[in-house]
Amino acid sequence: MALLSSAAPVADADPPAATRDDRPRRRTWRAALRRDWQLYSLAVLPLLFFLVFRYLPMLGNVIAFRRYVPGGDLFGETWVGLRYFKMFLNDPTFWQVFTNTLVIGALTLLFCFPLPIVLALLLNEVRTRFLKRFVQTIAYLPHFLSVVVVSGLVLQMLSVDGVVNQGLRAAGQDAVAFMQEPGWFRTIYVSSEVWQTVGWGTILYLAALTTIDAELYQQAQVDGANRWRQTWHVTLPGIRPTMVTLLILNVGTFLAVGFEKILLLYNPLTFPTADVVSTYLYRVGVVSGSFSYAAAIGLFESVIGLTLVLSANYLSRRTVGTSLW
Amino acid sequence: MVSVLEAPATRPQGLRPSRGYRVFQVFNGVALTLVVVLTLFPFGNILARSFSGEHEIRSGQVSLLPRGFNLTTYRIVMSDAMFWTNYRNTVVYTVVATALALALTTCYAYVLSKRQLKGRGLLVAIAVFTMFFNGGLIPNYVLVSSLGLRNTLWAIVLPNAINVFNLLVMKAFFESMPTELEESAAVDGTGTYGTLWRIVLPLSKAVLATMLLFYAVAFWNSWFPGFLYMDRQELFPVTVYLRNLIAGATGGADQTAASDTALQIGANIQAVTIVLTMLPILLVYPFIQRFFVSGVMLGAVKG
Repeated sequence: MALLSSAAPVADADPPAATRDDRPRRRTWRAALRRDWQLYSLAVLPLLFFLVFRYLPMLGNVIAFRRYVPGGDLFGETWVGLRYFKMFLNDPTFWQVFTNTLVIGALTLLFCFPLPIVLALLLNEVRTRFLKRFVQTIAYLPHFLSVVVVSGLVLQMLSVDGVVNQGLRAAGQDAVAFMQEPGWFRTIYVSSEVWQTVGWGTILYLAALTTIDAELYQQAQVDGANRWRQTWHVTLPGIRPTMVTLLILNVGTFLAVGFEKILLLYNPLTFPTADVVSTYLYRVGVVSGSFSYAAAIGLFESVIGLTLVLSANYLSRRTVGTSLW
Repeated sequence: MVSVLEAPATRPQGLRPSRGYRVFQVFNGVALTLVVVLTLFPFGNILARSFSGEHEIRSGQVSLLPRGFNLTTYRIVMSDAMFWTNYRNTVVYTVVATALALALTTCYAYVLSKRQLKGRGLLVAIAVFTMFFNGGLIPNYVLVSSLGLRNTLWAIVLPNAINVFNLLVMKAFFESMPTELEESAAVDGTGTYGTLWRIVLPLSKAVLATMLLFYAVAFWNSWFPGFLYMDRQELFPVTVYLRNLIAGATGGADQTAASDTALQIGANIQAVTIVLTMLPILLVYPFIQRFFVSGVMLGAVKG
């Protein structure tokens, strides 16, 4: 098992540094190919995968600017310029699903980012190894379930005959048709995300916690800091790089809110709060066949997502000095 | 509870825990107990429902203990030939997809771990960029359809053949390996393929097992590609079978795939199918959990 470096970024996204190392013995491509052709040959199939299934679809977004006929040319038939972008920017449904996306994304971030930190800190105060392992094992479990199973559990528990409504009835309340009420959808969605992700989310923090120098705590004690102050002045700064890294990643996936789970949990009755950009473009594109229109929405979403990652990364590099690259 | 929740090993004990800290220990014990209970509760509830009678479920009597215990529902679900067809599909898709993903990821990660390789930076960038920007649902759908992959297992396997996070985990592992063995193999005249196959991979069993599990669980749990690209019921993975049961019973999140018969299917059939779908994961979970944890840790190392 490896320890976390102090900067703990998830991705090694630092290619310039690698090439810089090479500078003293600069080789020509011809020499490199002759020497390492076997290595390069191992990269051929993976590269083919990336080009066909990752980069070709990026180019495929060109259908957002062209009229696409299902079954026709992969890249569309005729140029229509920004027509589809103008269409969705004037589409009231688009603005509604965009708002829903922002709200659900913000709520998810608000709960699913800090709660793993809290849980990790609580777990860190458990001294008995066995108990700590036990709680961890239980808490990681939901992460391994299919989103279909999680949605099934949610629907079963919240159905009219489900256990939540039993509780309400026992408390003398009326049963609630949770899955049919737009007002409940966000709560349900975020709760199920918390249930599934918080335990697993503690792993990186727990690893970071073990790397904090025990001497820092001793010094803090000498300075008369109680445990709360130690947590505030030693523990939290110790896991800050991990926090920042995960925050950047979370912000980057802000708009890509759990598409699959929403698709499984929503229904036309809850569309007013539950329908998000990705589910809307799925219905518009795949279900109704307006591929170009849906691609325009998708491209808009991807560009915003990329912008969010880049700006979060830039901001954090400038302010706290931690960044993904 | 209080006696077992003392200071962690990493943090040196003071002379005596303050009163405030003892209050915190109680609070911590209660909080963590709550976490465990809340995490396990849905599992207990679904198990109880799966063994209960239709009437008891409908009248809202089942919480953690089965009421009207019976195995009829299990018998009904397990005698459905389509359920087993779909279950077998899941196994086949998972095995093929995991094998291919493991092979491609290993090859590429090994190449990326060679620091002196010319063009390595570019090869890393090609992979990492796709973590932050992707083509999106529609172009992917159009691509898979026009490649003629619909209704074949390749629609599920190929578009997800390399997970960049897993790739970086493996790359970090290969980079942490001592280079001496490979160098001596090179001196002996062993080529790259031989070195990888006979020297590197035998030393990488732990990380290979981790990757195998990462991919296998992801493919086992996946439902959307199957839902999107398979038109015939006999091609569905079991997750789509379950999805159609659920969608049918809630009034249809989506109008296209809910079958009429699903509407009449009782709540405990859903419960049983949920249990049977997650059963393999639950059974192997205690044994595989630590592999996942070490894999995540490894991925967190700066490569």
